[in-house]
Amino acid sequence: MSFYHTYERMKDFDFKIYWDGLGDADIQRALSKTTINEMDYLTLLSPRASNYLEKIAQKAHRLTIQHFGRTMQLFTPMYLSNFCSNHCVYCSFSARHNYMRKKLTLEQVDVEAKYIAATGLKHILILTGESPKHSPVSYIEDCVKVLKRHFDSISIEIYPMEMEDYNRLVDAGVDGLTVFQEVYNEETYQPLHPRGPKKNYRFRLDTPERGCRAGMRNVNIGALLGLENWRQEAFFTGLHADYLQDNYLDTEISVSIPRIRPNVGGFTPKYDVQDRHLVQVILALRLFMPRCGITLSTRESPDLRDNLVQLGITKMSAGVSTEVGGHTEDSSGTGQFEISDQRSVPEIKEMLLGKGYQPVCKNWEPLDGAAGW
Amino acid sequence: MTDKLKIGEQEITNRFFTGTGKHSNDSIIPQLVHESGIEVVTVALRRVDLTSPEENILHHIPKGCILLPNTSGARNAEEAVRIARLARACGCGDWIKIEVIRDNKYLLPDNYETAKAAEMLVKEGFVVLPYVSPDLMVAKDLENAGVAAVMPLGAPIGTNRGLQTKEMVRILIDEINLPIIVDAGIGRPSEAAEAMEMGAAAVLANTAVATALDPVNMAKAFSMAVDAGRRAYLSGLGPIKTEAEASSPLTGFLS
Ligand code: SF4
Repeated sequence: MSFYHTYERMKDFDFKIYWDGLGDADIQRALSKTTINEMDYLTLLSPRASNYLEKIAQKAHRLTIQHFGRTMQLFTPMYLSNFCSNHCVYCSFSARHNYMRKKLTLEQVDVEAKYIAATGLKHILILTGESPKHSPVSYIEDCVKVLKRHFDSISIEIYPMEMEDYNRLVDAGVDGLTVFQEVYNEETYQPLHPRGPKKNYRFRLDTPERGCRAGMRNVNIGALLGLENWRQEAFFTGLHADYLQDNYLDTEISVSIPRIRPNVGGFTPKYDVQDRHLVQVILALRLFMPRCGITLSTRESPDLRDNLVQLGITKMSAGVSTEVGGHTEDSSGTGQFEISDQRSVPEIKEMLLGKGYQPVCKNWEPLDGAAGW
Repeated sequence: MTDKLKIGEQEITNRFFTGTGKHSNDSIIPQLVHESGIEVVTVALRRVDLTSPEENILHHIPKGCILLPNTSGARNAEEAVRIARLARACGCGDWIKIEVIRDNKYLLPDNYETAKAAEMLVKEGFVVLPYVSPDLMVAKDLENAGVAAVMPLGAPIGTNRGLQTKEMVRILIDEINLPIIVDAGIGRPSEAAEAMEMGAAAVLANTAVATALDPVNMAKAFSMAVDAGRRAYLSGLGPIKTEAEASSPLTGFLS
C-alpha cells in the first residue's frame, strides 16, 4: 500500500479548470453537507470559496468544539542535534551552511528536559537534522530513556526510518511521529532537495505509513506552505491524512500547517501564503476531517496564533527554541528557522484561559511497566 | 419517592452522569456538580497529572462524587487493563469504565476487545462499566462475565445526534438484567429523558454539557430531564394509539 497511488491518481488533475468552473452554488453545497468528500474539500480550497471564509469558519469552529471541546493541547519541541546531510534549500540546518554543529550529550538532554518539564509540559517533540551518523537510532533511544523520566508523551521529528527502527523507538517509549513531506508535487520536490537522502521522494512519502504500521499512536504530517501552490499542496496533505486515517484506524492522525520562515541562506519562497490563505487551509481541512488534530507552531505571530485558536487548531507549541539546547545552553544564534511567537508556557496558558480555552499539558499516560501493577 | 440505582455497593440517586473531557476550564466542575446534584463523574486517566497540583483534574472533582475513571486511549484489551490498574494504583478507586477504541474516524468502541478487558477486570475485583456498541450477544457475554452495568452508545461520541440506536438499546433494556446506561451521542436533555422513559437506568453526557454556552445550567437541565424520564418510566407510560377511539363504536351493536 502507498499513498503514492492516490497521489498519482490526482497529480495531473487540472486544478485550475476545476476551480474556474465553480459557482457560488457549488461552494454552498459543499458547505451544507454533513460529511464532505475529497472534491468538496477541493471546492473549499478554491479561490471562490475564499469569499465564504466567515461561513466556513463558523462551521469549523462548531465542529472543533464538538469534537475537541474548548481545550488546547500544548507541547514544545526540543532540538537534540543539528547535524544534517541534506541540502534542503529552505532550511538553516542544510549541510551547505557552514557553522558550528552541535549535538546534546545525554547529560545535556537531562538538563534541558528538566528545565522544560518545570514549565508543566508533559508532551515533548524531539528533533534532529537528518544524520543517521551523528544521531543514530541508538542515540535517539538513549535520549528517549532520559526523557521518559520527565515527560508522558514523546514524539519524534527526525529523519525517515525503516519500520524496524520505528518499532525500536516505539518499544523505547516514543508514541508520536511527525514527518513533513514538505512538498507533495514530485517535480518541485526534486530541485528543493538537491542532495542527500531526502532526495528520495517515495521513501519520504511512505514514512508516515511505516510509522502507523510500527504502532505509533499519533502521526502528524504536513506540507511546508510556500514551496508550491498552497491550494494544491493543502489538497494533497488532506488526501494523505484521510488515506492514513482510513487505513490505520487506530492511529491518531494530525496535520501541521507550517509556512516558510526566515532562515540561514535567505531562501525566499516562490508562493506567497498570506494569513487568509492559511486560514482557508485550516478551515477546509477541519470540514473535511472533523476529528483530525491540527497543529500550529510558533512560526506564526502571537496575534495570528491567538485568533487561530478558535478556528480549528487543537495543538500548539509553547515556550519554543529551535536551537539545539536552546532552553538552557548558551545561544549560538542558529535555530532551524526564526520563530515568531516568543511567548513562554505561562503566557500561552494565560492567553488560552483568557479566550475560554483550557490548556492541556498532559493527554497521555505511558503504559509500559504498568502491566505488573 | 426513594428510587436508587445500585451499582456495585454504591447507591446513586442522581441518574445523570457526566464527564470532564471538554470543558474550557476544569474549575467549573465543582459548581456544575454542586448545582445539578451529579454524583458520578467520569475522567480519562490519561489526563490525570498526579505530579502537578494545579493541573490535576482530580482536584476539581468534589469529594462526595463517585469517580468513574475511564480507559480512553486504550486500543486493545491489554491496554485497557493496564490503564485500569494504573487508575486503581493512583487512588481512583475500583470503578472503571472500559473504553477501547481502535477507530479514530468515528470513535466506535471495539466490543470484542472490550469484552476481553471486562472479563479480566471483573476477576481483579473492579466494578466494571463497559462502553459498547449496543449488541445483545456482547451484552449477554458481559453480563455473564460479571460487569456492573452496560453502557451502550446512543450515537457516536461527540456527535450530539441523540438516540440513534434506540431499538438496539431497547432490546438491551429488555433482555439484560443489569443497569443499562446510555452513553455518548446524547445531545439534548429531551433525548436523555427519552432514554430514561424507555427504561434506561442512567444517562452519561459530556460533550452536550461541556460545549454548551452555559455548562452549569445545561448539566442542571440534563439532571432534571433524566429525573423526569425516570419518573415517567416508573409511573408507567400510557399506551400509544395510532387511531382515535370512537366514543360510539361501530360494532357496539354486536354485544
Ligand atoms: S529540513 Fe531537515 S533534512 Fe532538510 S536541511 Fe533542514 S534539518 Fe536537514
